[in-house]
Order: sequence, then C-alpha cells, then structure tokens
Amino acid sequence: MTKLNPIAALVLGAALIAGLSTSIAHAQSNDTLAKVKSSGAITMGVRDSSGSLSYTLGDGKYAGFHVEVCQRIVAAVEKAAGRKLETKYVAVTSANRIPLVENGTVDIECGSTTNNATRQKQVSFLNTTYVEEVRIAVKANSGITAINQLNGKNVATTTGTTSVQTLRKHERATGVDFKEVFGKDHADSFLLLETGRADAFVMDGSILAGNIANAKNPADFKIVGEVLSVEPIAIMVRKDDAALKKIGNDTIADMAKSGDLAKLWDKWFMQPIPPKNARVGLALSDSTKTAWANPNDKPMEDYAKK
Amino acid sequence: MAWDWEIFCKETTTGEIIKGCLGQGGDQTYLNWLGSAWGWTLTVAMSAMVVAFVMGLIMGALRTLPPTTAGNRWLARLGTVWTELFRNIPVLVQLFIWYFVIPAIFTSLKSVPSVVMVVLGLGFFTSSRVSEQVRSGIESLPKGQRYAAMAMGFSTFQSYRLVLLPMALRIVMPPLTSEAMNIIKNSSVAFAVSIAELTFFARQSGEETSQPVQMYLAVTVLYAVSALTVNRVMNWIEVKTRVPGFVGASAAPATH
Repeated sequence: MTKLNPIAALVLGAALIAGLSTSIAHAQSNDTLAKVKSSGAITMGVRDSSGSLSYTLGDGKYAGFHVEVCQRIVAAVEKAAGRKLETKYVAVTSANRIPLVENGTVDIECGSTTNNATRQKQVSFLNTTYVEEVRIAVKANSGITAINQLNGKNVATTTGTTSVQTLRKHERATGVDFKEVFGKDHADSFLLLETGRADAFVMDGSILAGNIANAKNPADFKIVGEVLSVEPIAIMVRKDDAALKKIGNDTIADMAKSGDLAKLWDKWFMQPIPPKNARVGLALSDSTKTAWANPNDKPMEDYAKK
Repeated sequence: MAWDWEIFCKETTTGEIIKGCLGQGGDQTYLNWLGSAWGWTLTVAMSAMVVAFVMGLIMGALRTLPPTTAGNRWLARLGTVWTELFRNIPVLVQLFIWYFVIPAIFTSLKSVPSVVMVVLGLGFFTSSRVSEQVRSGIESLPKGQRYAAMAMGFSTFQSYRLVLLPMALRIVMPPLTSEAMNIIKNSSVAFAVSIAELTFFARQSGEETSQPVQMYLAVTVLYAVSALTVNRVMNWIEVKTRVPGFVGASAAPATH
C-alpha cells in the first residue's frame, strides 16, 4: 500500500466528516420519500432465516412473503417519487433491526418483527400482514393434547424469543410448573424434543411447522393444544413517517382486496419454495384472515385483551 | 439512544416497575434474574475449575512419569491421550457431545442434570490445557531434583507430592491464572445447553425488554468483575506461596 500524502489525507478526512454529517442529517429526517427521491436508492431490511416470511437464497438474494410484499411497496414508492429506485438489501438480526431502522440505515424492514407497545415507542409498523400463533409441538405418540398435561414436564423453547416470556406468564397465571429447557436456536430446541430431553416444544406455529416438515420423520411429531399467544407480525418503518406508512398501508389494502395477498400466502406457505423446494404447509389462519379484512396496526398487547 | 436503567427494576412477567428493584413473594425483576444468572455462571465456572485442576494435575503428572516400568509407560500414554483428545475438539462441540450424544448412547445418563454435564465438559476441556502447563512446569525443573528425591528414598508418589509438584506448580502459577480466568469466560458456552447463565440472560432479556445494549453492558461488567476477582485471588495465592530464592520468585516485585 502506498503512503497517503498529508494533504490527500486531510482532504479525505474532511470528505469523510462531511459524509458522516450528511448521513446524520438523513438519520434525523423521518421523510423517507424525500430521502429516496434525492438518493435514488431505498434500503430494505431482510432476515437470513425467518421462515417463509423473509430468508436468504444465498448470494445476497432474499425472498419470502414479506419481502415480496415490500417489493410491491417499493414499486408504489417509485411511483410516488416519480423515479426509478435501486433496492439495496441489508440483512438484519433480532438484536439490531430496531436501531438500524431508527438511525436510517434501513428504510423499510421486511422480516418477522412482532408489533408490540414497547417497540411502537421507537418505530412504526404498517398494518398487520401476518398473525403468528404460539403453539405446542409434541411427539405424536406422547398422548399430550393440551398444555395442562405438561405440568412438571420438560418444555423446550428457544433463547431470545418472546415464547420464553409467554411460558412464564402462563405458568404464573395457571400455577402449572414447567421445567424449561432452552435451545440456542430453533434447530437445537427441536433436537431437544427429538432426543427426548424435552416433552414439548413451544414456539411460533410457522417455525414448528417448518421444523417438523424438515424432520427425519415428520409423522412422528404433531402440533397440539390451544393457541398460547397471538402476535401480530408487521413490516417496520421509521416512526412518524406518515407518507411512507400511507403508501405501505394502501399497497397492503389493495393487495388484500384484489386477493394478491392470499395468492402470495399460497405461494410461500403452501407451495414448494426455493432453495430446497420444500413445503412449509401452514394453512392461512383465521386470525391472519381477520387482520387482512380489518387493517390495523394494533400492538400485541391489544390482542391479549380479547 | 436513551439510557433507561429502570428496566432492571421491571418485573419479568408483568412488566411493572418494582420499588427497590428487588421483587418479593414470587415477583422477579430483571435485576433478580441478572443476580441468579451471575450465580449460575460462577457455579458452572468454579465447579469446572475444580474438575479442571484436579484432572489436569493428575494427567499432567502422569505424562512426566519416568519410563522405567511398563505400568509407568501406559500411565504416561493415558495422560497424553486424555490431553490430546480434549485439546483438539472445540469446546462447544464437546459440550454438545456431553449433552446430546453421550446420553443417547448411555440412556441412564439422561436423568443426570444438564449442569453436571456442562461442568464435566468444560472441566475436561480445561484440564487438557492445565495438564500441558503442569507437564511443562515439571519438565522445566532440573533433573537433579528428581534424582535428589530418589536418593532420599522417596517413592515415585512421594517424590511428586513432596518435591516435584510443589516446585512445578509455583512456576506455572501465571498460566494457571490465565486458565482460571478463561474458564469464567468459556462458561458462556453453557447457554447453548440450557443453563440460565449470564450470556443466556443477555440474549433473553435483551429480546424481552428491547434494550439489548444495556443488558449486554451489565453482563460485560459482571464477566469482567468475576475474571478480575479470580485474577486477584490467584495472584494472592502466588505471592503467599512464593518461596524466596526459588525459581519463579525472581519475577516478583522486589519486596525483600
């Protein structure tokens, strides 16, 4: 590497600082429409493996139900901005997705983010497009059919998910006693169930369905019992960005009316999907149908009150 | 971002802020939980440390046995196999083997609590490193020490117990201090096999409160405090057991 001469270094440093301050200025503005109009690019936050909602195909390509909904929204944003936009994809994680939306790195997050009251203080959510139901997976021959049969049994769930809190709340409300065991990711939690270290695996229905579909012998497992908790999952945008929120919600409403949303559901949850051409096999639930019919951005806490 | 330290006073199921930050009568705040997570980290680390030092001392000493009899040669081989086996497999993989694979082969082990498996896994992994250090300590002693012990009429066990090990352990105190600190930090892998220790707490509470930064900060401080305490204790032992004029004492600050 050649040595940088001092004047060049100075110019470079000044340019860096200037670049930084403009990006800070961007971060402070909540008008994404104006931002993308001037920059010609929009940044979509996506997930590496959030089931059929948002996942990577490898090679920097992302796909899924929410990714496709977002692509429609981006098309609507292009129309509103009156120019072609380049879509940049940024992989986010559960831990960094909210800060990245807040600071302007990501303009629209299309993953599997639960809309709850705490998060609504930091970001805004579009109308709910997917309602997740927390269910119980057990071995088919275990004879367990309801949660109250799990008293004193080992119950697996995954570290860093809201299901851990759901279990704790349920324990407190009903006085049953679970012995919780925690997998470090969903595959580990499923292994706990498979190896008999746990008698049940409590998790989002779509994740359970996906894990069972990929199991050595899917017929050995089944999803049973009542719905333990309902969580609205939605696309996330910056707080107080009314213009983008309106474009997004209008697009979702149009897709719900035209039946495109139902078609997308069928494509991502019922048909074989890349890269393995496996089927998730999760039928459209009544709670998701209700959310589409009555567009709203109610947080999870409002669902619990019902 | 806002630094809202009050989240540590939140009750973990109801989300209410509790006065005085410590829950009573079944209530548990995030601060309570952080405390119990720290307890788990220390329990796992300290128990594993005992396993590591006992097994490391035995295996390290076995590897330096003089090859005078067939029995000695086999014991030395056992020490080498032990060390190389546990040293050459990543610690996370070892933990998974102890947790998932071994109980699948010996089904009676399924009823053993997972914390025992973690302590054994982490302890044996670290014992291989301790064993190497004990061996290097013994081998760094002049041959004359061993011969002197033999000339005194000591048995092999006596010469190790009374002459070689007391000298060698003093020499290897600094690397043993490192190992003792490492085991605190390595205990973070225990979250992968369902131990509710500090790393587990950081991941879980960060998700529940949407404030992962604060949670990780608190956990970082506790890890640092734990490791530093171990460092100070080991240092104290090192100073207390020092024999003036012997090897290992020369690096000490000039207090005499």
